[in-house]
Amino acid sequence: QDSNFKRFVEVGRVVLLKAGPSAGKIAVIAEIIDHNRAIIDGPLTDVPRQSFPYRHLTLTPLALTKLPRAAGSGVIRKQLEKEGTIAKWENSSWAKKRAAVEKRRSLNDFERFGVMLAKKARRDVVRKSVAKA
Amino acid sequence: MARSRQLAPGVGRFSRSQSAARRGLYKGLKKSDKPAPAETPAHKEVSVGGEKNGGTRLVPTSKAPRFYPAEDVRQPKKSRKSPKPAKLRQSIVPGSVLILLAGRFRGKRVVFLKQLDSGLLLVTGPYKINGVPLRRVNQAYVIATSTKVDLEGIKVDPKINDAYFAKTATKGASSAEAEFFEEGKPKAKEPFPESKSADQKEIDKTVIAAVQKQENLAKYLKASFGLSKGQFPHQMVF
Repeated sequence: QDSNFKRFVEVGRVVLLKAGPSAGKIAVIAEIIDHNRAIIDGPLTDVPRQSFPYRHLTLTPLALTKLPRAAGSGVIRKQLEKEGTIAKWENSSWAKKRAAVEKRRSLNDFERFGVMLAKKARRDVVRKSVAKA
Repeated sequence: MARSRQLAPGVGRFSRSQSAARRGLYKGLKKSDKPAPAETPAHKEVSVGGEKNGGTRLVPTSKAPRFYPAEDVRQPKKSRKSPKPAKLRQSIVPGSVLILLAGRFRGKRVVFLKQLDSGLLLVTGPYKINGVPLRRVNQAYVIATSTKVDLEGIKVDPKINDAYFAKTATKGASSAEAEFFEEGKPKAKEPFPESKSADQKEIDKTVIAAVQKQENLAKYLKASFGLSKGQFPHQMVF
């Protein structure tokens, strides 16, 4: 039978780090250690090569298909640049939502006020065009 | 001088010679340059009225107390701490927008001008924008936002200090009724002194000019601050 799973923990899978000093960054699985940990590496996103437990990772739909097992940082970097994976990640709606939430949390009081004014202006334009239609 | 800790009753962390060394007694004790207090005589001459009373009498300079407590009471130690004016927070700088948290103008966003000698902060609305006049405000009841108005080169008149804000001395003899009513009708309020509104206008001129330079800043100062559902100050960036 065909498995219903689509995202696998495999060499080349792009993962999002959930905890630790590099939380929020993406990296690539370079090698699988055991049922709990893998070696990850993110040369283009400042994630040092290290062992990382799966419970602190989230799998993304992106993967590097032609990555050999236990590839070094240089090979991973070349593959990432060739596939343009980082750009694909940044353009995904998942990454954009994360960025929007982070921006919203970092707004200062004056910026929050500006957002309120912008929402009011947009609401006004919508209301007027609905009234006209 | 850091106190030497007690390890157990009668046993200090440092021995007698060690604690003397820590105090620097090898340098010798300091001699104070204060002159000895003037010697007051124990008795003084007081003139007494009446013919047969001898004219003057020797009376003690300070009288003995009328009352002694039945048991010796322990006197509390005199504190060597003295209050100092509050240190200004790093985030508060002339031109910072502050949110007032208490008092008549709670929730208003105001512009910080300078810290006065008492430690209180001098702020202004500006008055034309949100109705807050030149006012003193305690740093503890204020949220400092990171928004700043460029007040480069502004000079606050040195006459605006803590004495400027002191209440004028009023005669207190009148009854409670006379305080608010004058012959049956509510008493007219004292008119606001012309000099104070002139001071306000002078300072606000430069502040308002600086505020107009930033987009939406005047609207921001006019609006009041409030928390809505799901907003928690410890999770917000100001």
